[in-house]
Amino acid sequence: MANLRKLQEEIVNSQIWKSIFRVGIPNTNRKRVLAVLGSLILHLHPVKVRRSGVRMSYTWCMGGTSFFLFLVETVTGLLLMFYYRPTIEYAYPDIMDLREQAPFGIMREMHRWGAHAMVIAVWLHMFRVFMTGSYKPPREFNWNVGVVLLVLTLLLSFTGYLLPWDQLAIWAITVGSNMARATPGAGNEGPMSGLIKLGDVRLIHAGDDARFALIGGRSIGPSTLLRFYVLHCMAIPLAAGFLMAIHFWRVRKDGGISGPM
Amino acid sequence: MTFIKDFINVLSAASISFVLLSSVFAFIVYFNLFDGKLKSKIGGGFIGFGALLIVAGLFIKPLLYLGITYFLIMFVLAHLGGRLWDHKTGLWMLILGGGFFALSMLDGNFYLIAAKPDNVPIAAMIFLLGFFTWVALRKAYLNDRQMLAGGIPWEKTESDEKLFTWPDLVYTEMLCMIILTIVMIIWSVALRAPLEEAANPTSSPNPAKAPWYFLGLQEMLVYFDPWLAGVVLPTLIIVGLMAIPYIDTNPRGNGYYSFRERKWELGIFLYGFLVLWSFLIITGTFLRGPNWNFFGPYEYWDPNKLVPLVNVDLSEIIWVKMLGMPLPKLWVIREMFGIIFVLGYLGLPPLLAIGPFRRFYQKMGPPRYYVGTFLFLFMMSLPIKMVLRWLFNLKYIVHIQEIFFNV
Ligand code: HEM
Repeated sequence: MANLRKLQEEIVNSQIWKSIFRVGIPNTNRKRVLAVLGSLILHLHPVKVRRSGVRMSYTWCMGGTSFFLFLVETVTGLLLMFYYRPTIEYAYPDIMDLREQAPFGIMREMHRWGAHAMVIAVWLHMFRVFMTGSYKPPREFNWNVGVVLLVLTLLLSFTGYLLPWDQLAIWAITVGSNMARATPGAGNEGPMSGLIKLGDVRLIHAGDDARFALIGGRSIGPSTLLRFYVLHCMAIPLAAGFLMAIHFWRVRKDGGISGPM
Repeated sequence: MTFIKDFINVLSAASISFVLLSSVFAFIVYFNLFDGKLKSKIGGGFIGFGALLIVAGLFIKPLLYLGITYFLIMFVLAHLGGRLWDHKTGLWMLILGGGFFALSMLDGNFYLIAAKPDNVPIAAMIFLLGFFTWVALRKAYLNDRQMLAGGIPWEKTESDEKLFTWPDLVYTEMLCMIILTIVMIIWSVALRAPLEEAANPTSSPNPAKAPWYFLGLQEMLVYFDPWLAGVVLPTLIIVGLMAIPYIDTNPRGNGYYSFRERKWELGIFLYGFLVLWSFLIITGTFLRGPNWNFFGPYEYWDPNKLVPLVNVDLSEIIWVKMLGMPLPKLWVIREMFGIIFVLGYLGLPPLLAIGPFRRFYQKMGPPRYYVGTFLFLFMMSLPIKMVLRWLFNLKYIVHIQEIFFNV
């Protein structure tokens, strides 16, 4: 034990450690403050927090879980991108290879289960926020940021669902995107769309309606795959990451985790 | 054994389970959250409804099953009262739920659906939802009791005390991350991600299902056309969620669990989130088989199951069946009754504002009142349509195929 202590002190006081973390072991209040303030990641937190807000029984740790799962998805997703090509010739065989050839290949599993878990975690987080009345002033705006994050989480999951390009994928996306056909005024089978005419010519048809814009064609095909890939790997994660930054910032600016006044 | 399975199969039909779920929900809200006190009028309502079910059950078997289960659950809930929120009761419910699930897994048909890799997280979600609902309501109940006795919610006893982020918060987060990492690794090793045959646009699977978190919407397609179920209602769900903080002006219950101080908000939200949204997802995932037909949890998904198409439009019920006339040619006349019904429904808020809801109207002001009530009406249009379908086989209230406008 004594030896371990000595080793710990040796490490913490070494030049390498100090160059990275500045403070040594945070064993005084001063050092605890500095440990949080001095770190880009930790200073997302305030230096001090309400005791009631730290309790797992209050927050269920679901916001943190959502964020952690988002990070898991980012890392595993990045690894999957090394193997995967978003074209209809390669997509399915690439996933097949990943499944059969990659040693210790659990990245695809982790990515898929992480995605399911993230949807559930975000719902439970919203549920907790509602049950504690934490959307009430001054946190109305942050609740709204949260709702957009929820939508982005679902879209992330939805766009990712297509990428394996198997039967499960294309038919789920077919069912999901068929609904866009019925958009009032903007889908070719939507109410009122038939009224939008130039002379006798319908302006809204299967070749230019809301569904066409979503999947880039009259049916799920190569351009859908590419479109969903770009949305899934670039556009939505960037938007979600940006909104998360705002979300966390606002949690602090609105007075930290909520508690009774 | 077969009898129990048959019983549960019958009970889980959407029409039966929805009525059961709604009643249990109402009972818990009125009774268990209020320390076991029920106004005699409401209590009588519950008993009367149950009696009605039993009487109707003498002619229709599923209603008898429903009535029996209804009374059984109400009896247990009434017996428990506030003790529903004890740790001991919670543990029992967890054991019973887990045991029920484990036993069900012995059934081949149940196992086939519940053990589908993509369905495993949803089974887990049911438990998590139940658990966290119970946790939140338990805390609300305890706080309410304390505040009734003149005390303060427990959060208040700790909220003025500040802790250092390092170590108290950071260590909790660290622990959560480690546990989550372990869970994710075990889950990923134990269960392979599904991969079916390569995509084939010419052969569609039966049933073709959307990803599970959209199955609530797909299930709504049974009752509404795609423009409502797939576009308008989802949009309104998002708009409605965003509007919540601006509609709800009740300053109390901010930053602690409580039910009494926020009866209406909690009642509406929990109804929408648990009884509608989650219920539809679970039905859509586990109980809808080929051709989107209903199958009980222990039933074999027979692709040849025949279900008679007996749904009729309101116009047909009124013109043909009640008035004995052919359907008028002009749609404005043909759909007259439906249009009046829908306009009357949407005209409720201003009527209620001068009637029973005057208090809300005055407290909230016109913009909040109207946005709030319209959103609420749209939410309630779903259970209303569901019940109309089950009672009268009603297909459309308004059916104007000419412009794809069907409600
Ligand atoms: C990707 C999704 C999301 C992430 C990563 C996230 C993350 C977080 C985190 C880490 C917190 C700190 C407190 C806690 O852990 O409970 C928080 C608080 C909060 N979140 Fe989220 N959140 C997400 C989605 C949402 C959604 C869907 C809503 C609501 C619709 C929401 C509304 C809020 C509000 C109002 C707070 C402040 C709560 C308080 O002060 O008690 N968030 N979020």
